Amino acid sequence: MTDNELIWRIAGGSGDGIDSTSQNFAKALMWSGLNVFTHRHYPSRIRGGHTYVEVRAKDEPVQSRGDGYNFLLALGDSFARNPQEEAYYGKEELKPLYENFDDLREGGVLLYDEGLLDEEDVDEIGLEEAAEENNWHVVPMDLRGIAKEHGREIMRNTAGIGATAAILDISTDEFEKLIKQNMSGDMQEANLNVLHDAYEAASELDVDHDIEVPEGSHDEEQVILSGSNAISYGAIDEGCRFISGYPMTPWTDVFTIMSQHLPSFGGISEQVEDEIAAAALALGASHAGVKAMSGSSGGGFALMSEPLGLAEMTETPIVLVEAMRAGPSTGMPTKPEQADLEHVLYTSQGDSARVVFAPANIRECYTQTRSAFRIAYEYQIPAIVIYDQKIQGELRNLPASHFDEEPNADPGSVLTEEEIQDAAHHSSGKFQRFLHEPEDGSNVSPRTVPGQKDGRFLATGNEHNPSGHISEDPENRIAQMNRRLNKLDDIRADLDENTSHQTYHGPDEADYGILVWGSQQGTVFEAVDRLNENGHSVKALGVSDMAPYPEDEVSEWLESVDEALVVEMNATAQFRGLTQKELGKYGDKMSSLLKYNGNPFEPAEIVDGFESSIDGEELAASNMKYVPAAGD
Amino acid sequence: MSAFSAINEEREIERDEFTPGIEPQATWCPGCGDFGVLKALKQAMPEVGKNPDEVALFTGIGCSGKLNSYFNSYGFHTIHGRSLPVARAAKLANPNLEVIAAGGDGDGYGIGGNHTIHTARENHDITYIVFNNEIFGLTKGQTSPTSPKGHKSKTQPHGSAKSPIRPLSQQLNAGATYIARTAAVNPNQAKEIIAEAIEHDGFAHIDFLTQCPTWNKDAKHYVPYTDVQQSDEFDFDVSDRAEAAEMMRKTEERLYEGEVLTGRMYVEDARPSYGEEKRQIGEMPDEPLAERYFDEDAEWERTYDNLLEHHK
Repeated sequence: MTDNELIWRIAGGSGDGIDSTSQNFAKALMWSGLNVFTHRHYPSRIRGGHTYVEVRAKDEPVQSRGDGYNFLLALGDSFARNPQEEAYYGKEELKPLYENFDDLREGGVLLYDEGLLDEEDVDEIGLEEAAEENNWHVVPMDLRGIAKEHGREIMRNTAGIGATAAILDISTDEFEKLIKQNMSGDMQEANLNVLHDAYEAASELDVDHDIEVPEGSHDEEQVILSGSNAISYGAIDEGCRFISGYPMTPWTDVFTIMSQHLPSFGGISEQVEDEIAAAALALGASHAGVKAMSGSSGGGFALMSEPLGLAEMTETPIVLVEAMRAGPSTGMPTKPEQADLEHVLYTSQGDSARVVFAPANIRECYTQTRSAFRIAYEYQIPAIVIYDQKIQGELRNLPASHFDEEPNADPGSVLTEEEIQDAAHHSSGKFQRFLHEPEDGSNVSPRTVPGQKDGRFLATGNEHNPSGHISEDPENRIAQMNRRLNKLDDIRADLDENTSHQTYHGPDEADYGILVWGSQQGTVFEAVDRLNENGHSVKALGVSDMAPYPEDEVSEWLESVDEALVVEMNATAQFRGLTQKELGKYGDKMSSLLKYNGNPFEPAEIVDGFESSIDGEELAASNMKYVPAAGD
Repeated sequence: MSAFSAINEEREIERDEFTPGIEPQATWCPGCGDFGVLKALKQAMPEVGKNPDEVALFTGIGCSGKLNSYFNSYGFHTIHGRSLPVARAAKLANPNLEVIAAGGDGDGYGIGGNHTIHTARENHDITYIVFNNEIFGLTKGQTSPTSPKGHKSKTQPHGSAKSPIRPLSQQLNAGATYIARTAAVNPNQAKEIIAEAIEHDGFAHIDFLTQCPTWNKDAKHYVPYTDVQQSDEFDFDVSDRAEAAEMMRKTEERLYEGEVLTGRMYVEDARPSYGEEKRQIGEMPDEPLAERYFDEDAEWERTYDNLLEHHK
């Protein structure tokens, strides 16, 4: 546990405005000069069920959820179907209260809406005992009553914010500013009244606690957004003007953002009948000359398997997003996991030739989506951005200047009509789209686009000769296979030359290393800082290039440590397996810390996991799994 | 200036331009109905005034998918059942292209049935030709979605217990705005129907009966046939949905009784195509999207100037 931070958790039912309230709370804290990071947990239900969001705020940059939390605003579930009955899922109305007991830190504040949650019921769930044991400050307030006095019941969340501000001694100025910005007329007035009344009422309670909300300031203008925003904005800035998709959690987020904005950028969004069509449409648009994308989550991405292979075989550039959620099958639709790595790397028949990037945070979501488009269109290859429900749902502030980049709409290796006249053609007039040895010595044979004069060729999923016609000639087969696969080496070299997507953290020289990919990077980096403070010698490497794999960077790093712990959110150590496969060794050097219970790692869990691994002890926590290195 | 000068090029088009120098001779079995589609398609091109570089032909998998190899144009031989979603996106990306899709009965009525329904429903301005031979040919004679009830094959040794798909009725209900049936043995009608379908502004569905002399020997070679527009027996209004529905049902049923009815089954001119609908609600640019990528003066807006404000 770290000092000098606020981790505020708001819990309620889906539909109680938990999301929007937490977003406002985070934004207001950002405005006040703090750095914020949110962690979202919700059920696969439209109404009711337990959902919470944590807002972690510090004066220094935050890159992870924290260890537990220290302030709970429990609104109760106003959409509970059987509020007073012992329903299948337990007492639903109370879930957003008692299900949060485990993680509330000692000395924390627990504010709940006694307007919704009956005192007698609350007694029954053992709050009093738990509070005594953990030295919690329990604050029952009639938030519902305050909300109803000025407006509607849904304004309970505004009342909760007002009460939070009073208890934590935060100014309400930024909240007022937000209400004025987002609402008008009666709604605005009612919410302002609710905010103030709740603030006054809570001030009178004089809650005595030790939480100190830090103060901070920003050097430059900040923005707060999610990984899905960043992926979408990266795509738009790289000239993507076509998206096709089918709704599926958590992919829907990117699809929605793109669909809302593309028309105003002169683009097209298509919601189609299924994910096979979604990927096929992106291919068709790209074939016709437009920079296009599609995407889905696990099950929907499985349907894209065949179009993905077609893109590889026809060398049609596309970008696909895979937003992972816990599997297998329907799994846990709203819970994060990193278990689709192998799925994304290998799905579709035949030897795969694709690019896969796993951005670790919002900043990387933007830059790596841009990289994905650049590489896809330059090298005529599908590029996949794989991320997970964790980055999708987390909001974080960063300098606005990060997005102050020039757009790039270059469609890549496409010829103009003038260039086509000078390019190679078959004696019959057909354009040589798939040359064995492209003229510039690279492995990319430039393409043409339908409608261009004298550019006609055949694209086919069958093996084909230079004009695209079907061919099973062995020599042609080898030449085409080699050229397509060699593009990956070219891309690896290109990525090495440009900015590396890998992130190094901690001291240059250390005895131990922690290897991580994708969304767990920030949490690992925080754990590494703490481990070094605790006297350990540890550094970390966050890998984003899943394919082509950054062989040199990772081997050099692995060579520099005695042992490495690979941290990932799945049960079968997929990234460790990939590393071993790609590097052909280090199986005896890498152990794994795995978590697959639907919740992302907390920094303290990685600290514990690391310490017990080097001490050779059993893991104390049952929510994680440790897999030793080969031979251990 | 357009980056696609082949589009709407003003010149005489020769039928032979559509015969590729690489594979001038199709390798279908002798007597195969697919030759009839290829011939009719080539013949229709000079009539509609389209040249090989402005036509994009998308096919599925099977004998019909080979059409791309023997027809000289921009071609995309996709995967089984998926020609339509690839084709319709190309049309959205560049509405000035002449987009044609083709596949077999397994391709369009079986594995790709979902796409066939939705593409019709959306009324994309493309032409779709289904090579209907009532059998899976390239995989050697299995029962297909249009095989008659009781059809025996290696995969249906006791005869199929399923009633066949009703392709015309299905398309009418799905929303296609031009629906016709023709047959390989009637090349003149086929050519006319293909030309009409191409010129139709909306989704044009052609159920093209193509006899399979190798794997469907029992089936009739679709002769004799009756052109319903030429026959006194069938007096119906092709623009009337109810009368068209009645005619289609008759056409589908009589096929299995050995009577081959062909011709235009339904034509609806008033309904706007999908692209037009999308432009009307501001979800599609007026200029073809594909042109922008080749226009050096095109302005590309960035998110920093347009979307970042509400995150501040």
